[in-house]
Amino acid sequence: MKHMVETKEIAGQSPNWLLARLDDLVNWARANSLWPMPFGTACCAIEFMATAASRFDFARFGMERQAFSPRQADVLICAGRLPFKLAPVIRRVYDQMPQPKWVISMGACASSGGIFDNYAMVQGIDTIVPVDVYVPGCPPRPEGLLYGVLLLHKKIKGESLSDRALREEHPLDDKGLRLPPDQIDEISEPFGNSVHQFRSA
Amino acid sequence: MNPSVDALRATFSTAIGRAAVARDGETLVCVRAEQLREVMQWLRDAPGERYDYLVDVTAVEYRDRERPLEVIYFLRSLERRVDLRVKVELDPRGELAVDSVVPLWPGAEWLEREVYDMFGITFRGHPDLRRILMWETYAEGYPLRKDFPLRGRFSRAEQVRQALAANPEAHYSLEELSIAEAYDELPRDMKERLERGERGKLPHSE
Repeated sequence: MKHMVETKEIAGQSPNWLLARLDDLVNWARANSLWPMPFGTACCAIEFMATAASRFDFARFGMERQAFSPRQADVLICAGRLPFKLAPVIRRVYDQMPQPKWVISMGACASSGGIFDNYAMVQGIDTIVPVDVYVPGCPPRPEGLLYGVLLLHKKIKGESLSDRALREEHPLDDKGLRLPPDQIDEISEPFGNSVHQFRSA
Repeated sequence: MNPSVDALRATFSTAIGRAAVARDGETLVCVRAEQLREVMQWLRDAPGERYDYLVDVTAVEYRDRERPLEVIYFLRSLERRVDLRVKVELDPRGELAVDSVVPLWPGAEWLEREVYDMFGITFRGHPDLRRILMWETYAEGYPLRKDFPLRGRFSRAEQVRQALAANPEAHYSLEELSIAEAYDELPRDMKERLERGERGKLPHSE
């Protein structure tokens, strides 16, 4: 305790001053060199490609290199609806990505199932993998995706190396799920027009 | 109306049911399920018919539970440039099964698998009748049947659990991965597994 007080007196700052500076440096580097892993399954992927192309060009934000291998990616961008058949695939892609990693859920379908409230579609990829930024839209325009990327930058810049929980891996639980079953049922509940969808049985 | 209908009636008489011209101008003709294979064989091979191309196989279930399910075959004669639709009506209270037309048109294989997957109609004599769109262990039923709830039968949590439990590499059988011509190029252990009839197990899965 005495030592800490002395440090404070010497530096004229809080004892976390050095760590905070290191955080700033690391976060600055991480935020400005995100390598995206595109997981494009539908029309959102077209907007994603437009975002990557010259007019919008997310290389301006440090996303120059798209990693088509999860092993070399930082941010998983799920662009499009996710059928149950692809659920184990995106989970495996996510598991294969090294820390630090983030996930952007692009578009209404990836975020909530969108108009596809049916037997074949995952109702939001957050039932499968943790999501950092949700980009609304059907599909979102490139500006929308870029705004989502900038929000992710903001989030990354607020992270701290001392927060160990941030970089923890969360494997599936013993039931093989990411969330408790009642929570999945709750997130997947119909909303909006799809509450009128029960026509048979 | 397509003149093939009259020719069909002259050849098969009682096996041919009603015929009609659909709204888009194509001719529909109903055939009894028992004679389907003969009729299709004749339509493909008879000199005046030559329907050499099976465009699609699909099925319809109507909201009226009393109405039979229909399996519909879209035929085309490439050389004569004529289309014909053949319908088979199946009583929903009886066995939902028809003879496969894969021996006549090999392209029917996946089309019939799709009808089986979505409607639960069995095709007798099909070489590999498995689900094609839904995964093979899918247990909720047949999605396009009228008694199937739009969101499926299981809870969302159960659906997610089953989906995550699936092995993403096991959707293809060894047969699908090994194209017949490439058989000689396959590694020896894979050939052995093929000969033993193992399917769905890949060397690196699990």
